[in-house]
Amino acid sequence: MDFFELLQSSFEALTLNKVRTALAGLGIVIGIGAVIALVSLGQATQQSVQNSIQGLGANLLTISPGSQRTGAVQGGFGSSQTLTLEDATAITNANFTSISKVSPEVSRRGQVTAGRNNTNTSIIGATANYPVVHSVTMSSGTFITDQDVQGTRNVAVIGPTVVTDLFGGGDPTGQTIRINKIPFTIIGITISKGGTGFANQDDIVFVPITTAQKTVFGIDYVSSIALSAASANSITQAENDAGYLLLQRHKISDPTQADFSMFSQSDILSAASSVTGTFTALLAGIAAISLLVGGIGIMNIMLVTVIERTREIGLRKALGAKDNTVVAQFLIESIILTIGGGLTGMVLGIALSYVISIFISLPFTISIFAIFLAIGVSGGIGILFGWYPAKKAADLSPIEALRYE
Amino acid sequence: MDQISISHVRKIYYTGDVETVALDDISFSIKKGEFVAIVGPSGSGKSTLMHVLGALDTLTSGTYILDGQDVSKLSKDQLAEIRNKKIGFVFQAFNLLPRTTAVKNVALPMVYAGIPKDERIKKAEELLKEVGLGDRMDHTSNQLSGGQMQRVAIARALSMNPAIILADEPTGNISTVQAEEVMKIFQSLQKQGHTIVIITHEPSIAAFAQRTIHIKDGKIEKETKNGKV
Repeated sequence: MDFFELLQSSFEALTLNKVRTALAGLGIVIGIGAVIALVSLGQATQQSVQNSIQGLGANLLTISPGSQRTGAVQGGFGSSQTLTLEDATAITNANFTSISKVSPEVSRRGQVTAGRNNTNTSIIGATANYPVVHSVTMSSGTFITDQDVQGTRNVAVIGPTVVTDLFGGGDPTGQTIRINKIPFTIIGITISKGGTGFANQDDIVFVPITTAQKTVFGIDYVSSIALSAASANSITQAENDAGYLLLQRHKISDPTQADFSMFSQSDILSAASSVTGTFTALLAGIAAISLLVGGIGIMNIMLVTVIERTREIGLRKALGAKDNTVVAQFLIESIILTIGGGLTGMVLGIALSYVISIFISLPFTISIFAIFLAIGVSGGIGILFGWYPAKKAADLSPIEALRYE
Repeated sequence: MDQISISHVRKIYYTGDVETVALDDISFSIKKGEFVAIVGPSGSGKSTLMHVLGALDTLTSGTYILDGQDVSKLSKDQLAEIRNKKIGFVFQAFNLLPRTTAVKNVALPMVYAGIPKDERIKKAEELLKEVGLGDRMDHTSNQLSGGQMQRVAIARALSMNPAIILADEPTGNISTVQAEEVMKIFQSLQKQGHTIVIITHEPSIAAFAQRTIHIKDGKIEKETKNGKV
């Protein structure tokens, strides 16, 4: 009996009992699909966490006023007044190669009104460098320019949430809003960045930093200075350059006594890496459990399917089939089932993770590793437990197999 | 010439510690072209004897010579070949492949003999016509009556044109009218030169054979000749 005949017999046997074949196939489809979907979703979650950290701004370094010491009692964040606009200008004028942009910022909450509408929102005093450092893009109009800052102009750029709150939508560029009763002309609107609650980056109003200091809040310090490092490798260098310059300007010789603190995106990333480490362990656990469950399901259905056919094996042997021929047929059958079910399961798993990633707004990723793992392990189990009981049945004498109930 | 010759055959089954002697020192021979019936009450060992004759089961001791070949010394694959080429089986429970057409059932032994597909189908169709099922060739087993299924099984037993046809209670599961038809087929097969061994507990069925071997408690009780043929 040649291979082609065997292949044909196997196909015929599979099509004879369509329900049984479909059930066995379904077991494999679910087993493999579940592993692929779960692992892909886990990876998507991991990636989502990393993306949102990186979304804070590229190579961002933030200088905040206040002591870096943790031993003594510290004031609340932003309560110190040790950083000034002149500090920022000094960093800019030093022309460090490690620093590409400097963005001094004043940040407070304030009451904003337009006509009868009013909202309490975040007021940011910014310079022209702000959009570069914080990855802000405009949906219409322009951002604050150097001329606006130098001229202490009463202009404002507002976020989409503020547009909705004050104007109910549309494009209010050119209209007037009042911040603490002082009128400002809207010159631009930013694109929605997403985020909710406290971290809502759309519920925001930008004004020139000079206007914020002198006209709106009446202060002469800044809330923070954001630096954009020239590259990911120069973050540490930028930290040193800016740090020593400020120490010198503030006449502090001991760095541990500094009246400001610095933290970089890499600090956040390293803090987050422990989170992602937990994620990785979680993923491995999910994959292991789904493989186990899928594998046991496949094992059961293959065992039952083949044991149910013990009499058929006895009959085939009584009619002259050699042991190897019978075993080869069952092996081919389980390979066909496993490959068919495996490919279907793969498509199902990918489709499932796509649909779920849309529903819970995660990035869509396909784990090639999961695909190989699922098809390798589940496929191996499917073939093993299609072959093994067939081999056992073929080892029986034909009459024992025929009598099997 | 003796086609089948068994001497001092014993078959013992072990179920746990219990030893069951199914065949106890049986010796007889069957000539080529003979029609022999083996009769006995249930539990007498007649089915075991049939399995031994059909190379479906092994012996505990004794020898079985089939066509001059010592079957007890053959490997599993050689036994499979003997079952395929020299012996045609007809079972009480028909043992057709479920959900499979009559033609494919009849062609199954030829698959294992490596006969090309066209030839298999042609031969299977001829055989089905011969047993009077020319109009039922593409019916599956569950669309056939008991008598029709047994005729498919007979056609299958004939597909490799075997020297010997072994039938185990071939009429046990079918009506008396159909049983008569089936037995007539066996008689005509004998006329074509096949050796036929039939196992039954019904004297009326045994009466179709030339010779009857009576088995009781694993031993040959007596042998009788029938005058009917």
